[in-house]
Amino acid sequence: MIQPHGSKLVERVLHGEEKERALEKAKVLPSLKLNFELVSDVENIAFGNFSPLEGFMGEGEYRNVLNHMRLSDDLPWPIPIVLDVEKEVAKKLKIGQEVILRNESNDPIAILHLEEKYEYNREEMAEKVFQTKDTAHPGVAKVRGMKDVLLSGKIDLIQESPTPFYNYKLKPIETRVLFKEKGWRTVVGFQTRNTPHIGHEYVQKTALTFTDGIFVNPVIGRKKKGDFKDEVILASYDELIKHYYLKERAVVVILQMEMRYAGPREAIFHAIIRKNFGCTHIIIGRDHAGVGNYYSPYAAQDIFEEFPDLGIVPLFFKSFSFCKKCNSVVNEKTCPHQPSEHINFSGTKIRELLIQGKIPPPELMRPEVAKIILDYDNPFVE
Amino acid sequence: MEKEFTDVSIPTSLYKKIEQKIKGSGITSVSSYVAKVLRESLLKEEETQEALTKEDEEKVKKRLKALGYID
Repeated sequence: MIQPHGSKLVERVLHGEEKERALEKAKVLPSLKLNFELVSDVENIAFGNFSPLEGFMGEGEYRNVLNHMRLSDDLPWPIPIVLDVEKEVAKKLKIGQEVILRNESNDPIAILHLEEKYEYNREEMAEKVFQTKDTAHPGVAKVRGMKDVLLSGKIDLIQESPTPFYNYKLKPIETRVLFKEKGWRTVVGFQTRNTPHIGHEYVQKTALTFTDGIFVNPVIGRKKKGDFKDEVILASYDELIKHYYLKERAVVVILQMEMRYAGPREAIFHAIIRKNFGCTHIIIGRDHAGVGNYYSPYAAQDIFEEFPDLGIVPLFFKSFSFCKKCNSVVNEKTCPHQPSEHINFSGTKIRELLIQGKIPPPELMRPEVAKIILDYDNPFVE
Repeated sequence: MEKEFTDVSIPTSLYKKIEQKIKGSGITSVSSYVAKVLRESLLKEEETQEALTKEDEEKVKKRLKALGYID
């Protein structure tokens, strides 16, 4: 089995008496209310998805990540994982103190062992992570809106926040047992935030030809208006796998996490998380984790050159389309025909058809998948 | 605060050879090349530490079965 990032899978979850004690402490200790994205970060740290991180980053780690895309022990890590609070809140907290972290429902979810408080430059963070200062970029806008002070320290999870997708939520320790049980020695991870079209299926099955299993790993979380709802994405994948995959070769497990839209940096981050789940390979397509035209189409593939020590193999895919002459899915390396023969897998076009209640042509989307989507009164986020 | 970079000595002839090798490769300096090669060689296949006891593994299998991931 592939090693977790940093060799050891982190688990920072309190059980039994420790958990009971923490719940008692939660009644008296100072606390911070976190948004959904930070709660997800806390859980991802605690369950080992973000191994080797054991908490929110201190200033040294933060600066290293920002400037070199590596942790202070030289391990690849491209995205700062930080906890921001208002100045007034930070002032009241003391280094060495335990702080209770709460979710949006005000339930205590974790203890932060406060190690450091530090100020940072939001513009610098945004520019280095997203390679742009443009506030139209959703990641830049989010960072610009962050609070003044960052807190660092290890965390211990007291309890998981409820999720309607509990049945699809596995921890790395569980996916590793799952892969072992299935006898998969090589596993390819597929990151998605969409319902599957034929192009996705082509990429997944091409990768699956060279590996033992495919790990479809949709990112679940807050979405933009017009995106497919999380439950629709999961139902559509279940339907695709039921009709067109070998059950013993494919699994769907969610990753509850915020999309940062950091393009190349985020591609490395996604690879690290899948490595922790036990994947030996990851599919990186055109403009992975990109948004708008902020990154060149293959920047998210080129960046892997800088990380020969990542420990997971990226499988790069070019842009693909359906060729009417070949009567199959092709890419620029496999098809000699003119672009006029090609039908692109345009998410926008498929969405438009679905909004009109129409089933997209079978060369774009499996009819069973389209039907499942159309079974929902409104499959899109409002 | 610890320095972010440090010096390592390599023979001048080797330095020049690397300089030639990286021309037009996209690698911007001999230092970057050396760091890349060293990182590559340091990535070892070590045995994963078994994080679960047999009992815990059985619990995980039970959950995976209940969720339909394994039969």
